[in-house]
Amino acid sequence: MPSIKMVKVENLVKRYGQNYALNDVSFEIGEGEVVGLLGPNGAGKSTTMNILTGYLSSTSGRASVGGIDILEDPIEAKRLIGFLPEQPPVYGDMTVEEYLDFVFDLKGCTLDRTSHLEGIIASVKLGDVRRRLIANLSKGYKQRVGIAQALVGDPKLIVFDEPTVGLDPKQILEVRNLIRTLSKNHTVILSTHILAEVQAVCERVIIINQGKIIADEKTQELTRTIEEGYHYQVKICGPQRDVLAALSKLHGVKNVVATGERDADSYAYVIETLKGADVRKAVFSLCQTKSWPILGLCPTGTDLESIFIRLVDKSNGADDASDTKQKRRAH
Amino acid sequence: MLAIYKKEMRSYFTGVIGYVFLVLFLAIGGGIFCLSTLYAMTANASNYFIYMLIFSAVVLPLLTMKSFSDERKTKTEQLLLTAPVSITGMVLGKFLAAVTMFAGALLVNSLCFLFLIPFAQLQFASIIGSFVALLLVGVVFIAIGLFISSLTENQLTAAIGTMAVILVLLIIGVLNTFLPNDYWLRYVINCISFFSRFQTFVSGIFDLSGIIYYLTVGALFVYLTVRTYDRRRYN
Repeated sequence: MPSIKMVKVENLVKRYGQNYALNDVSFEIGEGEVVGLLGPNGAGKSTTMNILTGYLSSTSGRASVGGIDILEDPIEAKRLIGFLPEQPPVYGDMTVEEYLDFVFDLKGCTLDRTSHLEGIIASVKLGDVRRRLIANLSKGYKQRVGIAQALVGDPKLIVFDEPTVGLDPKQILEVRNLIRTLSKNHTVILSTHILAEVQAVCERVIIINQGKIIADEKTQELTRTIEEGYHYQVKICGPQRDVLAALSKLHGVKNVVATGERDADSYAYVIETLKGADVRKAVFSLCQTKSWPILGLCPTGTDLESIFIRLVDKSNGADDASDTKQKRRAH
Repeated sequence: MLAIYKKEMRSYFTGVIGYVFLVLFLAIGGGIFCLSTLYAMTANASNYFIYMLIFSAVVLPLLTMKSFSDERKTKTEQLLLTAPVSITGMVLGKFLAAVTMFAGALLVNSLCFLFLIPFAQLQFASIIGSFVALLLVGVVFIAIGLFISSLTENQLTAAIGTMAVILVLLIIGVLNTFLPNDYWLRYVINCISFFSRFQTFVSGIFDLSGIIYYLTVGALFVYLTVRTYDRRRYN
């Protein structure tokens, strides 16, 4: 873990009336880290980013960038940040060049204008449309212009709020590659509700749900969390009762359920395994011995929704456990 | 601030608003000049300034209606508010751009008085004083327009709201005709009425308290706009 803290968020609360958009959120991000803020829509990702970039103020708590408090010295803190909001903040009546020129002036950059802007236009691949009005560009290009403005001034911290929304698969890959390139010299925070995106580019993930952090760990550890207690969906041709009995006896299997899905002589089953067990080879060997053709075998429950349910359950369990401990101590 | 000022000036002329404003201001302003001086065969410009004041109240909201409401609607304000620029700098940039447009149009319009020179003895001091007063009242109208534009996402609402507030401030002086001479409210209305104060300038008196009043009200609305943005971050 790098020692210098680029971002420090302490006990951040954002309340709208009686509703909490953020409820006691704290985290730190070291220099050079690439962190993904993951969560469903309305979880508090954008609110966190908006507070961090000075667009919104928190109800309570502190947020600082590069050691500068965003409320105490907003202008100096904002100099360190390049921000792409959820909707790219572009002016339709400007050409791409005019717009980047304006952002260059707006941020008061002292770099060499021509070479800096040319570098950005090349890295975000805007060369073909540089003299076109932004209003006439496709959504993908507008998003790229939004990314380009975030890079103007070469800020130390780059904050991307859902950078791949509305892009086609090719553009998504390009943006991910760009983020990977940026991560070599910058600290990057990106928010998304797509798990694969975090796995592709981030080394650490913070999962937010209903305004609270429910997980903050390395991406590899998250992947391990996902792999724990895998569920497999398998479709096997063979007598249902025999298959069920045989699968249940396999080492590492906790439970087998027939889903009721039937296709000619094949049946679908869901196998729940014990923690850390991988039963795929055993299932294959069993079916080979019994001459039951396998029509499909795939892990399930690795989608974001399932992970959320698992993590929320886990965090609720932890809350319950600490409540019980406190009650015991009180007695 | 300078970057925002330049962007605003540019956007007046990349869209239609700048041209519509200038054409209306110069054409109708010229018309008012012809009717109130040449056609009326007089070098007394007081009617010209009074009609120009009322006309400015109608046309100036064109300049300010888009300023903040459009930024809010298209979410481009996120760029301005997360850039290393203070809210005051952002508001002043837009304010000064609108003031420049108005001052420019007024300057061109003032050239009409050159036509009168061969025909009459002009009271230049009085005319210049009235132009300064008209400029300052316009500055206040712009400040009010910016403030109302910062309250809504809809340009039309901003324009109509601005016109309504300005017209109330202009015609509030009419109430005095219904009040007894020594009634205290009469004094208060005289103080806040834009029209009463403006008439003082038009009659040839350079009223310093009027200048201070216009500048104070203008500054108040610029401040209120800054506060609106500051406050919205907390809501």
